[in-house]
Amino acid sequence: MSDQVILNIAGVNKRFGGLQALTDVGIRIMQGQIYGLIGPNGAGKTTFFNVITGLYQPDSGTFELAGKAYSPSAPHDVARAGIARTFQNIRLFGEMSALENVMVGRHVRTRQGVLGAILRHKAAREEERAIRVRAQELLDFVGIGQFANRTAKFLSYGDQRRLEIARALATDPQLLALDEPAAGMNATEKLGLRELLVKIKAQGKTVLLIEHDVKLMMGLCDRITVLEYGKQIAEGVPAEIQKNQAVIDAYLGGAH
Amino acid sequence: MALLTFDTQHKPRQAYTSMALLLVLLLIFPFFAAQFGNSWVRIIDIALLYIMLALGLNIVVGFAGLLDLGYIAFFAVGAYLVGLFSSPQFAALLESVIYYSPAIGEALVAFFGPEIQQNGIHLSLWAIVPLAALSAALCGALLGAPTLKLRGDYLAIVTLGFGEIIRIFMNNLNDPINFTNGPQGINMIDPIRIFGVSLAGEAGSNATVLVGSYAMPSVNAYYFLFLALVIASIFITGRLQHSRLGRAWVAIREDEIAAKAMGINTRNVKLLAFAMGASFGGVAGAMFGAFQGFVSPESFSLTESIAVLAMVVLGGIGHIPGVVLGGVLLAALPEVLRHVVDPAQQALFGKVIIEAEVLRQLLYGLALVLIMLVRPAGLWPSPNKEERPNAALARDDEEASTT
Amino acid sequence: METFIQQLLNGLVLGSMYALVALGYTMVYGVLNLINFAHGDVLMIGAMIGLTILQLLEAYVPGLPGYVQLALAILGAIPVTMLVNILIERIAYRRLRNAPRLAPLITAIGISILLQTFAMMIWGRSPLPFPQLLSSEPIMIGGAMISQTQVLLLVLAALAMGGLVLLVERTKMGRAMRAVAENPRVAGLMGVDSNRVIVATFAIGAALAAVAGVMWGANYASITFTMGVLPGLKAFCAAVLGGIGNIYGAMIGGLVLGIIEALGAGYIGDLTGGFLGSHYQDIFAFVVLILVLTLRPSGIMGERVADRA
Repeated sequence: MSDQVILNIAGVNKRFGGLQALTDVGIRIMQGQIYGLIGPNGAGKTTFFNVITGLYQPDSGTFELAGKAYSPSAPHDVARAGIARTFQNIRLFGEMSALENVMVGRHVRTRQGVLGAILRHKAAREEERAIRVRAQELLDFVGIGQFANRTAKFLSYGDQRRLEIARALATDPQLLALDEPAAGMNATEKLGLRELLVKIKAQGKTVLLIEHDVKLMMGLCDRITVLEYGKQIAEGVPAEIQKNQAVIDAYLGGAH
Repeated sequence: MALLTFDTQHKPRQAYTSMALLLVLLLIFPFFAAQFGNSWVRIIDIALLYIMLALGLNIVVGFAGLLDLGYIAFFAVGAYLVGLFSSPQFAALLESVIYYSPAIGEALVAFFGPEIQQNGIHLSLWAIVPLAALSAALCGALLGAPTLKLRGDYLAIVTLGFGEIIRIFMNNLNDPINFTNGPQGINMIDPIRIFGVSLAGEAGSNATVLVGSYAMPSVNAYYFLFLALVIASIFITGRLQHSRLGRAWVAIREDEIAAKAMGINTRNVKLLAFAMGASFGGVAGAMFGAFQGFVSPESFSLTESIAVLAMVVLGGIGHIPGVVLGGVLLAALPEVLRHVVDPAQQALFGKVIIEAEVLRQLLYGLALVLIMLVRPAGLWPSPNKEERPNAALARDDEEASTT
Repeated sequence: METFIQQLLNGLVLGSMYALVALGYTMVYGVLNLINFAHGDVLMIGAMIGLTILQLLEAYVPGLPGYVQLALAILGAIPVTMLVNILIERIAYRRLRNAPRLAPLITAIGISILLQTFAMMIWGRSPLPFPQLLSSEPIMIGGAMISQTQVLLLVLAALAMGGLVLLVERTKMGRAMRAVAENPRVAGLMGVDSNRVIVATFAIGAALAAVAGVMWGANYASITFTMGVLPGLKAFCAAVLGGIGNIYGAMIGGLVLGIIEALGAGYIGDLTGGFLGSHYQDIFAFVVLILVLTLRPSGIMGERVADRA
């Protein structure tokens, strides 16, 4: 873990009509950390994700990635800047193969356009080959290399989650933001996911993680922020969070 | 269909053999069909243009998933372009400007010269085709721009609206300045000239084209030209499909939000889809104008947009061989049927109960409804090798997790 | 000024017919999230059946008063259009309820073509004259003319729309319709049979279209198998203008669009210095649609339309 701050977000507010979804939320993630975001349902975790990745427009907030300010106004700009995300409800390109899904992830770092497509000159062919090779590497990395040609919608649930992660990694992100990657997984699958996340961290990647499985989070994350009703009620290392009274109240006291 | 395959990635030898075989058949077809009269080849000529349209629409609807119901507008753009710049029409236009505002009119005449004032502008094929492609592409982007944030059905209706607006303009842009000659349309459009040889045959040759010392009917000459264009269209759209851009289009179609999250600038990529798709329409339109020798607004109605859509849907949305099949079936079949069914009805019933026009409409309507209900992927969808039934899938996953 | 009042009246007449058809679009959209592309052709079927009934009346029971004949034509056309619309729902849309969004739309387009084709086969290709049953002496209002047929049209439209409001606000079926439009699943949990509601929605929309179709024929004195396409599309534009899914929106949108079209056709020549004439009339509806969807997609009454994140 280096000392570089990868993500520096402060003062995010977001209101939907009468509902204040986020109040003054901010986090700081260092390079190589796995940073967790937990909280009861409806706490605003995915809303926060959507804000920092450009799907929702915040009412206020400052956004910095690797020291440079970025504007969370359009999702594709955010991806270009270096944040890649997965979705709570798995958003794969169902009709494409697994390999093609990951190849789409390379879009933002490659250039060939109409002319390259039609002419297939040397540079275009090289780029295409490189895209394909890297995509296969990523599939192998997450453990589904053998399903490269399978249509994405026919993959098992756990494999689809892995595919989504591979696709996000393909964008060469500074920050990998995962929205409930373990949702719907059984114990074995969760172990596999944990291994994968450790592997990703070992490569020096920085991860922001929303999850409900508290045990998983405590064992995996370097630091955690807890949200409740859109406000940060705690921030710190897992050991601190586990002992924090406000957090305990939030989980045990509320309708859960 | 099992013998015929175009899958160059997985079965190259079979694919290329199929293609070669098909090519040979296509090349000798007109000489064979000419035995039965020129009308068959003429039917195929028009069908080839429709196939080109279907291939272009396939980019918008099939690859990018944008339901464009006003696609025929681009066909109209190409056709009227050739009407304006390859016929005496420009002279009529200048005349109307002079009538409306003599000052401006005289200035224009001074600019263009008396030759053009007399005869109009007559550009050659090599200028018209790129011009048609570019103009149509520009129109495609312009018409697509307001639709970018719209959901599927609304996008459809708005594009339909644009198609209608274009048709209405074509029908009425004859007063005060005569661009399109209104409902009468523009005639005396130049036939296509390639290397000095007119594809309509020289005057007095009874529509026979002389290539060196070899003579063939004009419809045959156009056949080869259009066939070449269709083959080029198949080639280009195929290359587009299997490229970074093609993948971006499919990504947008499958899940636009995920596509954006992966860094795809969906606005620009959608505009590219509209523009690329439209360019095919423009070129086909230019060819149409030159082939027929005249253009009129009737050829560019909503019915035509829907007809092209039906070809794409029937054949196999997004799958190029399927789209070609759809084009062949819906463009040629009604005409073929008419030659067969009319006499058959006469023989059986003594009169024609279902006319050709009705038959054509019936086919289109049934094609759309039945395909969506029974086989939504089309008659010839892309062969999805990894589509395995659930049992086999479960078995494979078991194997995979234990290795 | 007289021109203005005249165009205003024309606009109200036109707008009333648009409103009737727009209601059909908006109600179906409310419960199914689907644009019934074939709805305009239901108007045409209504007109054709109406004409057939008038011809039968003329043949077998001649001499009936004009109002009675028209009433019978409408009453006769309604069951047929209802049947057609219900069949369309049953055969085409029901199976595609969970299909990707474009499938029902493409199917609807196919159905539209089929309806036109069948009409072409049954009633022929040329325009058919629609008899003028009411006195052609116009009524003068402030220097502008309105025919008895047009007055009847306005009255019938108002009655139909009033009846619909009563149905939706005061009856059990109406409540059920509103519930299904809001949230079909919860409505189901409350005991509402959504299939029945959907069938009723299609039926009511068809009935309104039948009224519009017969009166369209009476007003323009001529009908043909393609007569429903353009009015149908414009009525859809009206529904979007008013706020798709909202019944009051459809009524307001229809009237507003009719007035815009009439005034526009009347004044466009002056506004563009002679460049565009009144034959550009058909464009207005589409221009309005594009403007509404670009600037205020929720329409006048504020219903949601565009993609949600």
